[in-house]
Amino acid sequence: MRAVLAVLLLLFAAPLVAQESVPPAPYAYRQLDNPAQEARAKALMVTLRCVMCQSQSIADSDAPIAGDMRSEVRTRIAEGEDPEHIRQWLIARYGDYVTYAPQVKPITWPLFAAPLVILVVAAVLLRGRFARGARPGDGDTA
Amino acid sequence: MSGEPQSSRPNLRLGLWLPLLVFAGLFALFVHGLTNPADSNVPSAFVGNPLPQFDLSAATTDRPGLATRAFRTGKPKLLNVFASWCVPCAAEAPQLAALAQAGVEVDGVAIHDKPDDLARFLASNGNPYAAIGRDDRRVVQIAIGSSGVPETYVIDGRGVIRYQHIGDIRPEDVPTLLARVKAAQGGGA
Repeated sequence: MRAVLAVLLLLFAAPLVAQESVPPAPYAYRQLDNPAQEARAKALMVTLRCVMCQSQSIADSDAPIAGDMRSEVRTRIAEGEDPEHIRQWLIARYGDYVTYAPQVKPITWPLFAAPLVILVVAAVLLRGRFARGARPGDGDTA
Repeated sequence: MSGEPQSSRPNLRLGLWLPLLVFAGLFALFVHGLTNPADSNVPSAFVGNPLPQFDLSAATTDRPGLATRAFRTGKPKLLNVFASWCVPCAAEAPQLAALAQAGVEVDGVAIHDKPDDLARFLASNGNPYAAIGRDDRRVVQIAIGSSGVPETYVIDGRGVIRYQHIGDIRPEDVPTLLARVKAAQGGGA
C-alpha cells in the first residue's frame, strides 16, 4: 500500500519537475561566501528596484529577473566592484527608476534642499517669536 | 498666533481660504493621477549606446548563437528578446515573420529557455530568426536595459541600439518598426 502511494505521489510530482525550467543563476538564491562581501551586496540590493514587480527591491522580489539581477550584483561584488559603480551601471540601463536611493541631480535638488530651507524658515520664525516674547510691548501694538 | 488681537482681517480671510485651496489642488492632482494611470513600462536608458560585448551559445540546433559582432555588418537588424514560456511572444510571431519577410534580419535572444521547449515553440509559431542566442541568466537582457519579454530593439549597422519596442509587436507596430529600421540604415551606414 505504501509503495503504491509512493508511486502515485511520484506520478503527481512529475509535472512539478517539468515546470522547473532552466536552473536559476548561481547567486540568485545563494549568498556570497565572504560575509563582508555579502553584506555589501545586500546593502546595495535592498536599494535596487525590481523592474518586474516594481514595488519591491531585488532583495525582496521573487521575480525571475530579480534573481538574475541579484546574481549579477553578487558576482560583481565578489569581483571587487564598488557598489555605487554597480548602481551607476544599472542606472545607465534602466534609468533612475532602478534605484530607491535618490541621486543628486538638477531634478532632485529640492529634495535635498527642502530640509535646509525648512530649518532656515523655522529659525527665522522662531527668532521673531522669541524676540517678541522678550519685549511684550513691541509685538502686540501692530 | 492665538494671542494676537483681531488686527489683520485681510490676512485672516486669506488664511481661512488657504486649506480649501490646498484641498482643491490635491483633489485635482489625485483626479489627474487616477484618470491617467502611470506607464508601468520601464524604458531602456541604454538606447543610443552600442551593444555590450556578448557571445551567446546557440539556443537551438538549427540556428547559430548570437554575438555582438553579428551586429557590425553594416546592415540594421532587429534584436528580439523572447522566451517560449512567454504568451505575448507567441502573439507577436506573425508580426516578426512579416518583418523578416520584408527583408529585415531578426535575431533572437531566448531567455531562461530549454532547447526542447524552444524547439516546440518555434515549430508551432514559426521561426523568423536568423540566429538565436541562449541567455539563461539574462546577462544580455540586463546589459541592454530590457525589463521583460518580449522586447524588440532596432540595432544599426554599427551595433548601436537605435530604438526599443516594449511588449508584443502588434500589426499596427510593424510600419513603425520598418521605418525605424530604415532610419537606422540611413544614419548608421
